[in-house]
Amino acid sequence: MDLKVKAQQFNLYYGNFQALKEINMEIFPKTVTALIGPSGCGKSTFLRSLNRMNDLIDTVRIEGRIILDGNNVYDPKTDVVALRKKVGMVFQKPNPFPMSIYDNIAYGPRVHGIKDKLRLNELVERSLIGAALWDEVKDRLQSPALRLSGGQQQRLCIARLLAVEPEVLLMDEPASALDPISTGKIEDLIGELKKNYTIIIVTHNMQQAARISDHLGFFLLGSLVEYGLTEKVMTNPERKETEDYLTGRFG
Amino acid sequence: MRRITKYTQGLAFVLLWVTALITIGFLLLIVFFILKEGLPSVNWEFLTAYPRRMGREGGIFPTIIASLYLTLASLVIATPIGIGAAIYLTEYTREGAGTKIIRFATEILAGVPSIIFGLFGFAFLVTFLKLGFSILSGAITLALMLLPTIIRTAEEAIKSVPNSYREGSLALGATKWVTIAKVVIPAALPGIVTGIILGVGRAIGETAAVWLTVGGALRLPISIMDSARPMTLHLYTLAAEGLSLPRAYATASILIICIWIINTVANLLMARFSLKLRAQFFHGEFEAAFCDKAISGG
Repeated sequence: MDLKVKAQQFNLYYGNFQALKEINMEIFPKTVTALIGPSGCGKSTFLRSLNRMNDLIDTVRIEGRIILDGNNVYDPKTDVVALRKKVGMVFQKPNPFPMSIYDNIAYGPRVHGIKDKLRLNELVERSLIGAALWDEVKDRLQSPALRLSGGQQQRLCIARLLAVEPEVLLMDEPASALDPISTGKIEDLIGELKKNYTIIIVTHNMQQAARISDHLGFFLLGSLVEYGLTEKVMTNPERKETEDYLTGRFG
Repeated sequence: MRRITKYTQGLAFVLLWVTALITIGFLLLIVFFILKEGLPSVNWEFLTAYPRRMGREGGIFPTIIASLYLTLASLVIATPIGIGAAIYLTEYTREGAGTKIIRFATEILAGVPSIIFGLFGFAFLVTFLKLGFSILSGAITLALMLLPTIIRTAEEAIKSVPNSYREGSLALGATKWVTIAKVVIPAALPGIVTGIILGVGRAIGETAAVWLTVGGALRLPISIMDSARPMTLHLYTLAAEGLSLPRAYATASILIICIWIINTVANLLMARFSLKLRAQFFHGEFEAAFCDKAISGG
């Protein structure tokens, strides 16, 4: 199987502080990769490196390479806009724009130049179906997105992402602000989405990681301590730090 | 001890109540006095006729138009520049020496007395650039006076837009400019409009700077190069030259009513608009129901 994303000797610094150390990681297409580790271990920073969201922070400096479909993401020639279209991101806190449900979903396609009304309608419907939200909102597409519940808002953000037809979905603790039922829906959705998308998800919830992921990476103090098949890492970790963390001895 | 606390509590309440009463009282007193002296002289002719005998007789129609014309022209100049500067300061520069200098400069600008602006307008625009006494000279001068307010309020409004909106948009592959134009500015619009309304109040009420740049011709301004006499200046002339005190009060009444109408309309528009736009940052059912009503029922 070809690799989708590959990190090679990847280092990241916030000013003088090294947040990521020598990360080497291979991520396979159409799988779910979960990143776990204690707060501040660098897993979110790594996630945000994959679509260059860290570029927004002035003090960030990087070394090494992140290869997406054979191209270095940090190559000066990389078109960041095209990259972020291909590698979408869902944030910890749902962040729909203060617009209608329809306009939220149509925002991405419109930004990328689609004006045709019928095409937009079709994209909105398909994206909402893809994010398992269509049945709940199809009768009120023009009502404000901020009036949806937290779980619906998060699925709306996923739908908004699907509308720009990405290939990789980055999720930064997408369910941490949600109730158990909404969390369940998001997890089911991730299971569905992995048929078509490569998903990388940061989570603090070990059970969640076990339920939804194929591969599991354990970060500690900026290093990728252990990485492998989820079942293997969960049941038979090679490193003591991983075992300590999984059994709740620190974290 | 408890007794003393109780007394200070009571005392503080009374003092605060008195200060509020003084503020509102004087405001009402001024408005009441002006309207009482002025309204008896206001009639249809006063609103629609041209002044005769230097304003001793006739109406104030051209001065109403001059005020509105001048205010509108100054806003047309100040708004895009002010919003542009605010966007630059908040989104395109890092906090540092540069932004500090610009902020310091705008604050100084805000504190400069209007007669100084007038003098500058007279020397530079009217005389040096040969724009003459005209609506244009006045509008540019007023625009410079409005800029600090507009920039300041727009900056605050833009800063208060949650960063998650920007991230959400950028993560969809939108460029920085598209993010600003389509997400940040719409979300900040209510605050930006507040600054513009403050500007309207200042522009329509300005006298000294207008006197030195717009001239005082008592005719209806048509071209932007025409000299004109806005209500404030007319009122000043009527009172200072002893032409007609009742008519000065009448003009003042109309000015107050104009400002009141503009503020009310702007507030209504804004309330309607921001309800629709923000259809809450709160998720409460009450707000939701309220919004529905406001949007559909109007």
